Amino acid sequence: MPVHPVHIDDLTHRYGSRTALDTISLTVSQGSFYGLLGPNGSGKTTLFRILATLLNPSEGSVRIFGADPLMHPARVRQHTGIVFQGVALDDELTVLENLRTHASLYGLRRSTFQKRLARLLPLFGLEERLHERTERLSGGLKRRVDLVRGLLHAPPLLLLDEPATGLDPAARQALREAIDRLRRQEGTTIVLATHLMEEADRCDYLAILDRGRVAAQGTPDSLKQAVGEETLWIECDDPQDLAERIAKQFNVSTQVIGTRVQLSGPDAHDLLSPVYETAGENIRSVTIRRPTLEDVFMMHTGHGLHENGLPVEEEIS
Amino acid sequence: MKMHAVPALWRRELVKFVRDTNRVAGAVLQPLAVWLLLGFGFRDSFRLPTPAGMDVPYLEFLFPGMMALVALFTSIFSTISIVEERHSGFLQAALATPVHRSSLVLGPVLGSTTLAVGQGLLFFALIPLTGHTPSLPALALMTGILALVAFGFAALGVVIAWQSRTTRGFHAVMNLCLIPLWVLSGAFFPIEGAPGALQWAIRFNPVSYGVDALRTAMYWPQNPPMDAFSFVPSIAVTGLFAAVMLVLAVRTAGKPVREFR
Repeated sequence: MPVHPVHIDDLTHRYGSRTALDTISLTVSQGSFYGLLGPNGSGKTTLFRILATLLNPSEGSVRIFGADPLMHPARVRQHTGIVFQGVALDDELTVLENLRTHASLYGLRRSTFQKRLARLLPLFGLEERLHERTERLSGGLKRRVDLVRGLLHAPPLLLLDEPATGLDPAARQALREAIDRLRRQEGTTIVLATHLMEEADRCDYLAILDRGRVAAQGTPDSLKQAVGEETLWIECDDPQDLAERIAKQFNVSTQVIGTRVQLSGPDAHDLLSPVYETAGENIRSVTIRRPTLEDVFMMHTGHGLHENGLPVEEEIS
Repeated sequence: MKMHAVPALWRRELVKFVRDTNRVAGAVLQPLAVWLLLGFGFRDSFRLPTPAGMDVPYLEFLFPGMMALVALFTSIFSTISIVEERHSGFLQAALATPVHRSSLVLGPVLGSTTLAVGQGLLFFALIPLTGHTPSLPALALMTGILALVAFGFAALGVVIAWQSRTTRGFHAVMNLCLIPLWVLSGAFFPIEGAPGALQWAIRFNPVSYGVDALRTAMYWPQNPPMDAFSFVPSIAVTGLFAAVMLVLAVRTAGKPVREFR
């Protein structure tokens, strides 16, 4: 049996009486770009803290390259690079000073550190920034420096917690390109936690997390195909009533999400005119499009990825 | 045990402090103001109760206590960065590296101690204002004692910072302990003039021994012109306090940090 970078079996974690992770099982294979897609509060950060050896799980087993983070934290830490939501850099220090401090935490020799810098700085486009004070860098540049920080010890596994949060589209794009270069050149296995569909879409494999559970897993394409070829969205005043009428009349599966009715299935688009004829007076808009990960998320969880009323803040005590 | 990260973490503390001009100015000016205001304010109303101390002006009596204050406040408040780092992310990242937990304590504690001693020595440059000129060995002794006091309180700062959720909470706890520790240390008034209960409080206060050792050292190799605890036991108590605090700090750092956000 191959040793996987991450193997999680029936993992459960509770904060007091609140269950943050509920019997999660997943496997990340070597070299993959694995996404954890879920809204805030779905348990992504808790899972990352467990993988990073910062939190002991309540139940279940976790293996990082075959090692148990509880029993062999040093081995796990040596094999794992972590970039948290909050950048771990000191504003008062220059980029080089920051990186040097973190290199010492990993016990790197000076020559190894220099070699790593020579490799990582061009990868992340930071050659010219080495002597700049970190507080003067833009959010996107800081994030890239933080990535270099997490990669100093050449970990075969990189955990990225919401790296695109707070970045403008151009900075996001630059970050994506840097991550692509990293995967090509170093073959690093990456686990990405995100609530953004466009980030998740780029992963090889996805686990959809909702309220501490894995709602679905698969490649982005296979997950989308399972929703159907095309999906028909109808925005209307009384979605519950409309959904029932359509389901009865046309014998298709419908789902109500917020103020919208979703019709999925191979011939959803054929129903556009009949539906309009039946209930045109109630309909505000109709859209036909290929399924997105948002649709996948809704299908499996019954609510939207960014819908209000979800537990937004992940409470940790 | 690998301690490779200690020099890097020590340097980090110093660089961060020096680049924060507000902190530098505050740390130097505040004790100076307190010392001058109290020193001149009580100049004419203060008399030591011993015959030998009749001529010691308050500015001079207060001086060792002010040095201790500088050490106390600089060392303990520079550990506040640990509370901030929980939010900035440094601490999480550091804890996820293979570095030994004792390095994560020792680096900042040594950094804080260095800062405190530096500040104390800067303050020491003002000693001619008291009219007393200490010998070179006295200066060396005072530096050593200052370092011991600062080390102990930096370690205490780590213990409290590690368990504080907010910098506000840290400030509250610190003010609750620091002000009484300093006021009841014999820095302000001589122990022999105080009522019985206060005398006991002073005797149980570890800071008293640091202040007292500093005061004795200031007159080295002469005897101080006031009553003092025995010199060597005072240093021993100060050193013991520092050692106990370090052990406590390392043990605290071994536990998981509370609430990372």
